[in-house]
Amino acid sequence: MTALAALGLPVLGTATTVDALTFAIAAVIILSGAIGVVVSRNPVHAALMLVMTLFGVAVLFVEQQANFLAAVQVIVYAGAIVVLFLFVIMFLGVDRQENMAEEPLRLQRPLAVGLVALGLAGLLFLGIGAHWSLGTKSVAGAAQGQNGGDVAALGRSVFTTYLFAFEATSALLIIAVVGAVVLARRTPTVPGEPAGVEADADATGDGEPTPIGSDQQDVTP
Amino acid sequence: MSLGGGWYLGLAAVVFSIGALGLLVRRNVLVMFMCVELMLNAANLTFVTFARMLNDIGGQALVFFTLVVAAAEVVVGLGIVVAIFRRRRTSTADDLHIMRG
Repeated sequence: MTALAALGLPVLGTATTVDALTFAIAAVIILSGAIGVVVSRNPVHAALMLVMTLFGVAVLFVEQQANFLAAVQVIVYAGAIVVLFLFVIMFLGVDRQENMAEEPLRLQRPLAVGLVALGLAGLLFLGIGAHWSLGTKSVAGAAQGQNGGDVAALGRSVFTTYLFAFEATSALLIIAVVGAVVLARRTPTVPGEPAGVEADADATGDGEPTPIGSDQQDVTP
Repeated sequence: MSLGGGWYLGLAAVVFSIGALGLLVRRNVLVMFMCVELMLNAANLTFVTFARMLNDIGGQALVFFTLVVAAAEVVVGLGIVVAIFRRRRTSTADDLHIMRG
């Protein structure tokens, strides 16, 4: 039971009713959004449900005094990543209903549910029963009670302790941008020459994109 | 004062499990990506919770980096989806069996 106490599981120890209510509402929003992502047949609906979950997580960030991360969560995730998802969905025109009843792999769903339930049980068991090394000394600075709040504390930490990692992420972003451009661009066709990359998508050579399955007939041995 | 951290950790575990379930069950590559985002968000929530419980800003800094990596991952992943869709006209994971032996 000491582990329980250390994890703060005794309900409403020092929390006010408002905090508990905020957590409850945010949890409902997050869980319904997460379930919506999994069960939505239409990818567009799944993306909108994802936005709901992300907003709920942002609320919980604010609740835990991570104001900067909450703002970044809304701006980067809900503002950029989900819009990118929606853009690709619309761009590819895959925003049609998916037949969920069809189950190509037998036993896949029961097996998946069983595995995930096992994993969740393990997570919760470890989370409640394990002895967390709570109270260890902070290496990167305190989260609370610093000058300027969490924004200044996070900035100080990122630009001193984690400066090298921060610079590495800038390199990562550049690499990702270059990679996305290389993956998504078509080779410009020079007049008088056969098409470059397009030739791959056009194996029949009749100027039309190869339909599904036309070049991948399954040869049963 | 917020609720005890155990509530947040439990919620994060449930969200992570839902994301993992979706990744295993769904066959649309885009929805699978969204489930990966769910799992990343659950991990972020755990980091922020531990940052508060241990009073250590390192957890929040790690969430910051996770956000950057998630953005890069989505950009490259969607680029791959678009490239595959160009060639095979499908976004269903089951149809992508070129490398099957």
